[in-house]
Amino acid sequence: MAKKKFIVGNFTDEAVLFPAVKKVRRAGYKLHDVFTPFPVHGLDKEMGLRDTSLHTAGFIYGITGTSTAVGFITWALTIDWAINFGGKPYFSLPAWIPITFELTVLFAAVGMVLTFCWLCQLAPFVKKHHFNPRSTDDTFVMAIECTSATNEEEAVRFLQAAGATDVKVETKETGWWLGDYSNDKMRFA
Amino acid sequence: MSLLRYESQVRAPLIDGTKDYHQITEDICRPVESKPSRLWLIGFSISVALLLFGILSVTMEVIYGTGQWNLNRTIGWGWDITNFVWWIGIGHAGTLISAILLLFRQGWRTGVNRAAEAMTIFAVMCAGQFPILHMGRVWNAFFVLPYPNIRGPLWVNFNSPLLWDVFAISTYFTVSLLFWYSGLLPDLATLRDRAKLKWRKTFYGIAAFGWTGSTKHWQRHESLLLVLAGLSTPLVLSVHTIVSFDFATSVVPGWHTTIFPPYFVAGAIFSGFAMVQTLVLVMRKVLSLEEYITIEHVDVMNKVIILTGSIVGIAYLTELFMAWYSAFDYEWFAFKENRLNLNSPYGWSYWLMMGCNVLSPQIFWFRKMRRNLLVTFFISILVNIGMWFERFVIIVTSVYRDYLPSSWSTYYVPTIWEVGFYLGTFGLFFTCYFLFSKYFPVIAIAEIKHILKRSGENYKSKMSKEEEDTVTQFGEHHLHDHH
Repeated sequence: MAKKKFIVGNFTDEAVLFPAVKKVRRAGYKLHDVFTPFPVHGLDKEMGLRDTSLHTAGFIYGITGTSTAVGFITWALTIDWAINFGGKPYFSLPAWIPITFELTVLFAAVGMVLTFCWLCQLAPFVKKHHFNPRSTDDTFVMAIECTSATNEEEAVRFLQAAGATDVKVETKETGWWLGDYSNDKMRFA
Repeated sequence: MSLLRYESQVRAPLIDGTKDYHQITEDICRPVESKPSRLWLIGFSISVALLLFGILSVTMEVIYGTGQWNLNRTIGWGWDITNFVWWIGIGHAGTLISAILLLFRQGWRTGVNRAAEAMTIFAVMCAGQFPILHMGRVWNAFFVLPYPNIRGPLWVNFNSPLLWDVFAISTYFTVSLLFWYSGLLPDLATLRDRAKLKWRKTFYGIAAFGWTGSTKHWQRHESLLLVLAGLSTPLVLSVHTIVSFDFATSVVPGWHTTIFPPYFVAGAIFSGFAMVQTLVLVMRKVLSLEEYITIEHVDVMNKVIILTGSIVGIAYLTELFMAWYSAFDYEWFAFKENRLNLNSPYGWSYWLMMGCNVLSPQIFWFRKMRRNLLVTFFISILVNIGMWFERFVIIVTSVYRDYLPSSWSTYYVPTIWEVGFYLGTFGLFFTCYFLFSKYFPVIAIAEIKHILKRSGENYKSKMSKEEEDTVTQFGEHHLHDHH
C-alpha cells in the first residue's frame, strides 16, 4: 500500500475556516478534505465540491418502485389469476394507487440510503481513519494532501497563518478507509 | 446545499444558556455516559414487567386462539384494532416533527425530533402486532405478502384496504427507521470518539458505520435527509388515510364516511403530539435537558395540539351533522342512539371522547397555560385517553348494533388477556424508550450545533446589535452564511 502525507490543521470557528479554505485552494494546495462536527452550509461550494446527485438516484429508485407495483399488480390481477370482484374491471387502477404509492416511497428511501452508504463507504464494522477525534465534537479539521510539489514546512506555516492550531504532518496508508481517492479530479473541480 | 436562512430577532432563542459546541456535546452525551439513575432503573423494571405480562397474554392468545378475547358477533373488532389505530396514530407526530417541520424550516424541531422519531418507531412496532395477532393463526401471517406460492400462485387481493394497510405500515416503519438511523449516524460517531470504555468504543464503533464528518459526506447526508423528509411527508398522510380506508370503504353505518381520511390524519397528529409532550416533559426533567427542550418548545407544541384538537372537533361535528343531514336512518341511528344518547351502553365513551379531545385542549388558548408544565402534562394525558376512546367509539359503537336488532351484541368487556396485550405494548414501548434514552443521544447533537449560532441565547443577543448594521456590514459579518 502506498503511503501519503497529510498536513492537518484544526479550526475552532467556522468563520475562520471559510477564508482559510479559500486561501488554501488559491495557493494551489491539494485539499484532501475538511471534517466538521455538523453540516456547515456553503463549505462544499467553498471547497469546490460538485453538488451531489443522490436525489437523482432517489428519483430513479422511486419510478422503479412505481413501475414494479403497477407492473406486478397488473400481471397478477389481469393475466396470471384474474378474479372477478363483483363484475368490476380486472384492470382497476384507482384501487392500486395506495400500494403503488407505498412501493414508490419504499424503493426510493431504501435505495437512497443504500446508495448513500455505498458512496460514503459507510457500513457496520467499518473503521475509518480519523485525523482528530474531536472533529465529531467541536473542531473543524482540514487535511491537505502533500504532493511532490508541496513544501511541508511552508504548508504548515501557511495553515498556521490561516488560523489553524495544532498543525501536524501525518503519514497514512492509502485505502478506502481514508476516503475515496479514485476520482479526485471530479471531486475537486 | 445552502438554502435561504433567516432567523427572526423577535423569536425567543431555542437554546438557553451560554453554550458552545463542546458544551452541547457534553450536555447531551452526559446521560449516555453516566450510570443509569435509580429512577431509570425503576422505570425500566416496570416496563419490562409489563412487557412480560404482555408476552404471557399473547402466548395465551396464540395457544388458545382469539377466543381468549371477548370479541363476538357483531363486535369482530374490539380492543385490538382500537389499540392498533391508537398506536399508529401516535407514531405520526414523530414524522410530522422530523419531516414536515423540516420542509417548513421550523428551527424548533431540532430539540425534539430525535426523541419524537424514536417514539414513532416504537409506536409502530407496538401497532403492528395487533392486526397480526388478530389474524388468529399468527404463524400464517406471511400469507399477507404476495410471494410465489404453490396454491396457483394465488395472489393477495391488491384491491383490499386491509392489504393496502400491510404495505402502508411496513413501508412507514422501514422509512421511519431509515430516516431516524441516518440522522443518528453523526451523533453515534460523536459518542464513539468520546468513548473511554472498551465496550462503548466497540458498540458505538459498529453503530456509527465509520462516520468521519467529511464535507462530502455531510453534503450527501443533508441531501438524503431532505429527500427522505420529502418522501415521509406524503407517506405519513397516506398511512393514516389508508388506516381510515379500513373503515371508510365499508358499508357499516358510522364508518361509511368520506371525511375519515383528513379526520384520521388530524387525530393522529393530535394524539402523537400529546404523547410527545408526555414523554418530553419527563425526559427533559430527568435528563436535565431543560436548556435544549425549552418552554418555547412546549408552547409551540401546545399550539399544534390546540390546532389539531380543534380540527378533530370540527370533524366530529361535521360527521354528526352529515349523519343527520343524510336522512339515512341507519347512519343517524348509529350517531343518535349509539353515541349521543348518554343512556345507551356506550354513550359514556362518546362524551368522554368529546370532553378529552375537544374541550380539554381549549385551555391552551391561554399563553400562561401553554407554558405551564403541569397543565401541559395533565392535558397531554387526557388527550391520550380521549384519542383512545375516539377509536373505541368509532369501532365498537358502530358495530355492536347491527341492522338486525336480534343480532345486537351483549355488552363488550375485554378479557384480562386483551387488556394484558395492550399493557404489554406499553411495556414494549417504554422498554424500548428507556433503552433509547440511556444508550442513544436523545437530542440530535449535530443539528443543535447547526442552529446554535442562529438560535442560541448567547449568540442571539449579539445578533440583535447587528440589526443596526448597514447591509454591507451585515454581509461582512455573515459572509460565510451566504455562499
